[in-house]
This record gives sequence, C-alpha cells and structure tokens, in this order.
Amino acid sequence: METLIALVTGTMVAVGVYLLLQRDLIRKIIGVVVLSNSIHLLIFAMGRMTRAASPLIPPGQKYPPEGIANPLSQALILTAIVIGFGLLAFSLVLIYRLYESRGTVDADAIIEATLGDE
Amino acid sequence: MPAHLLIILPLVIPFVAAVAALLFARRPGVQKGINIASMTGILAASGALLVRLQAEGILVTTIGDWPVPFGIVFVVDHLSVIMLIVSAIIGVAVAIYAVPDADSTRVRFGFYPFFNLLMIGINGAFLTGDLFNLYVWFEVMLISSFVLIVLGNTDEQLAGAVKYVVINLVSSLLFLAGVGLVYGMTGTLNMAELSVALADVGQPGLVTVVAMLFLISFGIKAALFPLFFWLPASYHTPPASVSAFFAGLLTKVGVYALFRVFTLLFTQDVGYTHTLLLWGAGLTMVTGVLGAAVQNDFRRVLSFHIISQIGYMIMGLALYTPLAILGGVFYIVHHIIVKANLFLVSGVAKRLRGSYSLKSLDGLYAYHPWLATLFVIPAFSLAGFPPLSGFWAKLILTIAGIEVGAYWIVAVAVAVGLFTMFSMTKIWVKAFLPGGGGDAADAVGPLRPGTRVMYAPIAGLAALTLMISVFAGPVYDLAERSANELHNSSEYVEAVLDHEKSVADSASRPGVDGGAGDVYAR
Repeated sequence: METLIALVTGTMVAVGVYLLLQRDLIRKIIGVVVLSNSIHLLIFAMGRMTRAASPLIPPGQKYPPEGIANPLSQALILTAIVIGFGLLAFSLVLIYRLYESRGTVDADAIIEATLGDE
Repeated sequence: MPAHLLIILPLVIPFVAAVAALLFARRPGVQKGINIASMTGILAASGALLVRLQAEGILVTTIGDWPVPFGIVFVVDHLSVIMLIVSAIIGVAVAIYAVPDADSTRVRFGFYPFFNLLMIGINGAFLTGDLFNLYVWFEVMLISSFVLIVLGNTDEQLAGAVKYVVINLVSSLLFLAGVGLVYGMTGTLNMAELSVALADVGQPGLVTVVAMLFLISFGIKAALFPLFFWLPASYHTPPASVSAFFAGLLTKVGVYALFRVFTLLFTQDVGYTHTLLLWGAGLTMVTGVLGAAVQNDFRRVLSFHIISQIGYMIMGLALYTPLAILGGVFYIVHHIIVKANLFLVSGVAKRLRGSYSLKSLDGLYAYHPWLATLFVIPAFSLAGFPPLSGFWAKLILTIAGIEVGAYWIVAVAVAVGLFTMFSMTKIWVKAFLPGGGGDAADAVGPLRPGTRVMYAPIAGLAALTLMISVFAGPVYDLAERSANELHNSSEYVEAVLDHEKSVADSASRPGVDGGAGDVYAR
C-alpha cells in the first residue's frame, strides 16, 4: 500500500510541476491544485498506513484503545484542503480579472505588455 | 492579567477590530479610528509581554488547555516579543498614514478589516510554537496580503499580484510537504519536542533534505537569492501604505521563520545547512544591490534594497555564533523601521508630485525641505552611515564575521554597504536636488488635504531610528538575550516541555506517558 501511495504521489508531483511550468495561467493554477493534492497524499502516507479501527473513543473511557488509525494526519489534510480551496478560489478570480483587463492568460504576453509600459 | 491571556491578546485585538470594522463597513471614519486603536492596543499588549518576559522568563500557553504534545502552544521568547513590538510599531505608523492615503474605494472594499487580518497572521506566526500552526498563520497572512495587494483593481496591481500569488502558493506547498515529512519522521509537530526528536531520528541525510525544503519555502517568502524575483515585480504596485507595510514586515516574517527553524530544529548538520545559508546571504546582498543600481523608480530601488538587506540578516543566522545572531536580530529591528519609513516617504513624494519616477520628482528639496530631511535619516541609516542604526547593525555583523574568520562575507557586506550608499545618493540627487528639468516649479501647488497627517508617522519612525542610533544599548541588550536563547535552544525547549509536565501533573492523566509520537504515529 505504501509503495502504491508513494508512486501515485510521485506521479502527481510530476504532473503538477509540468503544469506549473506552462505559460497558460489557468494551467499553472491547475498545476498548483494537483501539487497540493499530492502533498495531502504525502501527509496521509506520513501518518502511516494502518488497517485499523476508526479513531473513536469507546463510551465511558477517556482515551482511545491501542491500534487505532491515526486521526491527526487526516485533521492536518482537512485543514490544508480548506486553506487550499480558499486560495484556489481567490487565484481563479484574480486570473479572471486579469483576463478581463488584458484579454489574455498567457504569462509571456502579460510580461511583455508590462515591460512595454515602462 | 494572567500570562496565558496576555499572550493571545496580539491575536484577539486585531480579530475583534476586523469584525468591528466589518460592522462599520459604511462608516470609514469609525473604521480608521478602530484601526488605529487596534494597532495601539497590540503595541501595548506586546510591551506588556516584554515586561512579563523580563520578569518571568519564556512564557508558554496551551490553547484550549490541551497538554503540550497534543495541542497547540504559543511561546513568547525574546525574538517573538521583539518582532511583535516592532511590527506593532509599523502597524501604528501605517494606520495613521493610511487615514489620508487609503482612498474611499479601497476602504469600501475592506481595506481595514484585511489590514487587521494581516496583522493576526503576522502576530500568530511570531507566537506559535507548533509547526503546522505556523503554516496556518502563514496562510492567514498570505490570503490577507493577496487581497490588500489587488485592492483597487488597477491593471498594474493585477499583473504584479499574479506573480506574487503563484510563487507564494508554491512556497506554501513546499512548506506543507516539509511539515508532512517532519511529522512522518518524528510523530510530533511541537517545535520544542521536534528540537529534541529530530536529533534522534538517526537519518541525518533525510533531516537535511527536509531542512532544504524549509529553506526553499521560507527563502521564497524572505526573498532570498535566487528566489526573490516576485518581490520587485509586485511590491511597487499597491498604494504606499500597503507597500510600506509589506516591505517592512512580510519578508521579515519569512526571515523570522528561518531564524526559528535553523536555530531550533535544523542544527544537526550546521556545516552544510548554514554554509549554504551563508552563500545565499552573500549572493542575496550582491544581486539585490546591483538590481537597485539600474532602477529609476523610487519604490523599485527600495524593493531591490529589501532583498540586499535580507542578505545581512541571513548572514547573521548563517555565521551561527551568538554575536552574529545578535547582529541579525538587531538588523531586523533596524531594517523594518527604516525600510517601512522609506516607503512612506516615497508615498508622500508621489502625493506631492504625482509620480514615483525619480526623473519627474526632480527638485523636491527646494520646495519640501522637511520631507528631504526625513528621507535623509532612514536613507543614510540604511546605507550604514555612522552613527545611525544601520551602522551599528553592520558593525556587529562585521565583527562577528571577522571573529569566525569569514573574511569574504565581511568584504561583501562592506562593499554592498558602499553600493547602498550609491543608490541612496542617486535617489537624493535625482529626486531631491534640482536637476535642471525646469518643470520643478510648475508642479508645486497647495498641499493636498491630509498630507500633513502623513508626515507624523514618518517623523515618528525617523525619531525612533535616531533613538536606536543614539541609545543602541537597550536594543542591543534585547537582541543579545534573544541571540543567547536562539543559539542555545535548551531554554526554549525546557520552557515548553516543563509546561507539559506541570499540566500533566495537575491533570494526572493515565496511559499517555509516551507522548504523541508513540501513541499515534508508530
């Protein structure tokens, strides 16, 4: 299982980096999304893969029993997903506004136009 | 007031202020008052924290009363409190400056709420003692800074913001990956516990790799060579009050994070990591100052100088002796005040003459001698002119460099100081002295209302620079205390872990002796 997750994570990092290196800003943002999901998987794997009971505390006890699945990495990922979602929404609006004002989402064209202004 | 309440005040005050500012969305006057009150409140709380810190040693609080390895801790040591105080000072200055500078459109779309939210992120990053929590505070800071940098929606701002946003997203992802790997290796994210646990991992190579992830991530945020290109591409686009706040504080949060992790966590292979930092520092200084030399826009020159100055701070960290770290901390204090002030001056110049371009500013001195005087103090302090604050900062670093025999970095630092002088003189000659442009007299009209208000924070920060210059002793003492704490991290570690013990004793919890690592991660 660890090997599979490691391979999937590696592939997703490669895809994310490839997309990040594109000139199209939308593709860049999709690259960021893929990359962030690959890192969520990495954190998941870092919490150790266990086929175990859910991390629930039995009634009447104060602490969970031994051998439960690790809930912390899931909590970390959940936090990271929420943050990532907010940032993604903002970036998409930003790029849309830039597209409205420049008429293109090509990074090179935008840089050339900026250099032309000076 | 109990210490655990006092510690969270720098977060609670701006949060309440942000909510209150939203409630008064249609009353800009009230929002301005709330903002100034909020920043002053943070300054007062930070000052109170300093007093408590001097009396009681490192302050620790657990959020929600979760015991140490499980919950999030906030820790106040000397470095935290110095950063808190200096950022609150800049907060107050910019809050006053923004009263005339933030136009009604920006205020209507939430300038003041986001200003306070940004302050929460910055203060949270300084306070937290938990690595994942640090990531969260960075994100709070980032999203607020994204909004502030695009607020106003000008074409130039949007183009600058895209570079800023994308590169910072990548930097956060690298940080998150580093956090994940550290957690996988040790099973904890508490920085004090990590400081002990990382030494016992038994795979020094792996720890160094993770250290590099943190170096790249924080290096992007701190604008370290070769990761600084986003900074001069974006910092000159928003209005002066925003860019002054960013220039003073945001990159320095990255520097703070580097200081924290490379003194507390990654000290296993100092020969490799800190040598790399030293090279980075040298190259950062040189490229920043050379970049500034070819610029002809007031704020672009200053932006490149942020980069070169970051090099000095990292040089202090990289030399990794108590004196060098002291120099680095002193440099941070000096730099934040001076650099924010220079951006504020550039904003007034823009208001007076309608441009940031050095050519069209031409001859300011003749008509606005006070502005010229207020420019000279921070500018020459930045260049390291004795006896101004920058001179002391550079002197400490130079002595520290000679002590450990790192002559080349000292030579670089001194040479870069000369080039900084060149840049500041260039601004002085082109913008303030009459250059025969001929149109200087045409542009002088009556002062726009509110411009006088903008002089107040500039004069205040310039006076503070002079104070640090003449009475460098107290700042030196504080920086020395923080350097000792950073260089010998056991004090920090003990303060946090002993807190765990005292809480554990009182709660008498059975069955959790091993800490988070043993119960969950293995």
